[in-house]
Amino acid sequence: MTAKELAEALSLNIVTLPDPEAEVQSGYVGDMPSWVMGYATEGSAWVTILNNRNIVAVAVLLEMACVIVTEGAEVSEEVAAVAKDRNVNLFSTTESSFRTVARMAELL
Amino acid sequence: MSDIIQLHYDVDGTDFAAAGEASMKIKKELRSLGFPQDVIRRIAIAVYEGEINMVIHADGGTADVNVGLDEIEIILADTGPGIPDVEKAMQKGWSTASEEVRNSGFGAGMGLPNMKKNTDEMVIDTEVGVGTTIRMKVYVA
Repeated sequence: MTAKELAEALSLNIVTLPDPEAEVQSGYVGDMPSWVMGYATEGSAWVTILNNRNIVAVAVLLEMACVIVTEGAEVSEEVAAVAKDRNVNLFSTTESSFRTVARMAELL
Repeated sequence: MSDIIQLHYDVDGTDFAAAGEASMKIKKELRSLGFPQDVIRRIAIAVYEGEINMVIHADGGTADVNVGLDEIEIILADTGPGIPDVEKAMQKGWSTASEEVRNSGFGAGMGLPNMKKNTDEMVIDTEVGVGTTIRMKVYVA
């Protein structure tokens, strides 16, 4: 499914969606960037509570399909602007990481 | 090896939220040169981890990339505190990062292991109080 379809299916808040057709091939959950860098794969939808600019760098470098910031963590306008500039799909939700991943697992 | 292009980047040590600038630029450059996706990804990860380390531990540094036809060399250099025990630093999960850094999701002790895992050669030249230079190579198969 595409990043846009995933956002719709999970009723995610769309912060940026510069690449709606990006194919979501897999998912990854984690809040330590180095761990994510080591194990997440290309085309992942990354579920995290991190909300700083580093999430954009990680998403770009790993060529992720999207990043989903969970648990109501606020995404600043600065981070949103960087994501848009770098062509990164960025979503947010008040749902927990657990609930988000559980629903993703049914879809992917 | 005859280099076809040399890239140089300064890594800003003041803002670790901004780390990743050099690796993203290098990635873009290598992509425009037409290198395989897997090679680019591995280099991007290795440089990013190096950038994070330089920002966390060394107030920044430099990243140089020598792009050859059959291999790509990455040289990350800083004038930071040096690594007292390289063997320990290479162990997954071992970190000297501050509490503040850990609270931001870094300092997992995965930096150097990720760099090693993603490159074909890696040599660490470090001296306490002087700095650290890490040379890595990725072969272009």
